[in-house]
Amino acid sequence: MADAALAKRVEAIIVEQLGVTPEEVVPEASFIDDLGADSLDIVELVMAMEEEFDIEIPDEHADRLQTIGSAVEYLKERLEA
Amino acid sequence: MASVPREIVVTGLGCVSPLGTSAAATWSAIVAGQCGITRLPDEYDARLAVRIAGQVTGELDPGPLEHKELRRMDRGILLALAAAREALADAQLLGAIGSAVDRDRIGVAIGTGIGGIHTLVQNDRAYVEHGPRRVSPFFIPMTLANMPAGVVAIQHGLRGPNLCHVTACASGAHAIGESLRLLRSGEADAMLVGGTEAAIVDLVIAGFSNMQALSRRNDEPARASRPFDADRDGFVLGEGAALLVLERADHARARGARVRAKLLGYGASSDAAEMVAPDPASGGARRCMQAALASAGLAPSDVDYVNAHATSTPAGDLAEAQAIREVFGAHTDRLAVSSTKGATGHLLGAAGALEALLSVRALETGMLPPTLNLDRPDPSFTLDHVANKARSTRARVVLSNSFGFGGVNAALVFGSADS
Repeated sequence: MADAALAKRVEAIIVEQLGVTPEEVVPEASFIDDLGADSLDIVELVMAMEEEFDIEIPDEHADRLQTIGSAVEYLKERLEA
Repeated sequence: MASVPREIVVTGLGCVSPLGTSAAATWSAIVAGQCGITRLPDEYDARLAVRIAGQVTGELDPGPLEHKELRRMDRGILLALAAAREALADAQLLGAIGSAVDRDRIGVAIGTGIGGIHTLVQNDRAYVEHGPRRVSPFFIPMTLANMPAGVVAIQHGLRGPNLCHVTACASGAHAIGESLRLLRSGEADAMLVGGTEAAIVDLVIAGFSNMQALSRRNDEPARASRPFDADRDGFVLGEGAALLVLERADHARARGARVRAKLLGYGASSDAAEMVAPDPASGGARRCMQAALASAGLAPSDVDYVNAHATSTPAGDLAEAQAIREVFGAHTDRLAVSSTKGATGHLLGAAGALEALLSVRALETGMLPPTLNLDRPDPSFTLDHVANKARSTRARVVLSNSFGFGGVNAALVFGSADS
């Protein structure tokens, strides 16, 4: 999958799940510190990514999903594997 | 010597119902003889034997919620939030003239019969289809029966007692009646009380349908709910929320609030006989009406109008009619009776609250709301039916019944503001 297409799908999930604007969805934005997510928001976000990309994200990988950039990077690795 | 109970008044009303998304819209529709029951939309399972319901349509105003908060509200919570905003605004409890109120002494009691079943069904489906990892972390809070009361309190900062009475189709009436006790005892200054129900889901329809409790008049939705009519064949499921602001009269007076009516009394009882069927021999319905009158310090002959529970089931309506005659004796012939479920369907845990609201409006306006579709009154009992058309009558005292599965019974007595 092209990086841009992947980023677009991730952006749509984040906008829907966290109720933020597309402008806020920048690679360095932290889910918790910048986008106002709490721990249960992260659980929902992970569930939405699992559903969108038809993968399972183990709990021990969740700490790699700190920022939008790291999440996109993680998903890229998983989808290319 | 018995002490005189504190006077408790109704200062605010709010509802969303199959007849409209405000108390005013609901009231004007009901006195105009309109019916809120329609065919179910196509997304419901085509295999269901029952294809009709009283749904809330039109825009809801649940207040300032963030997008992600909105996604985490079961429909029953959204309905309650909309009704709460209207009731509080109507009472002006938290606005300009209420600026001095103590929110630690304002409580919330919102009953529900079934709880957040839309959310429960969605999450069960996600579990079955995709496994435990797909169950929402908000499934539990969204589904809990007391969350409507909780979220309403959060939105408005109401820090007094926060309660949820779960007594099937008497939930709304119990929430109101038990709050009367709290107010009389002085434990709260005001209570936002009533019920909410959003249970029009395939699973619930199938359950009630298989109990043979629902009308199957699918081809004539507006004629399906016909309390007290000889051709009634079951109730019609409805949804909605109705809330009243109850307040100690001295508290209302001190802040210059408008008094819509008085809540004079409340009675509760149990049949202790059957899970589902009414049991006339146990006298539960009779005893709760008598207890409500005693609580109000009134005689049966003081009552002008009964807003009946009558849901349009063959057994239930008959049992209630008989109980009314037992309580009111010869006065029954001068006692106007109607069941507004002909127009709204049966809102289960919100029914008693909506009917309390309509009872208050009847006292205020001098109009008694009609029983729709009462074309041929059941000849096995005689009541002074307000059939099909609203009746202009200056009622001063109204009694409203609510009965539920589990053999629960509740009755509320309201009086006009000048009573």
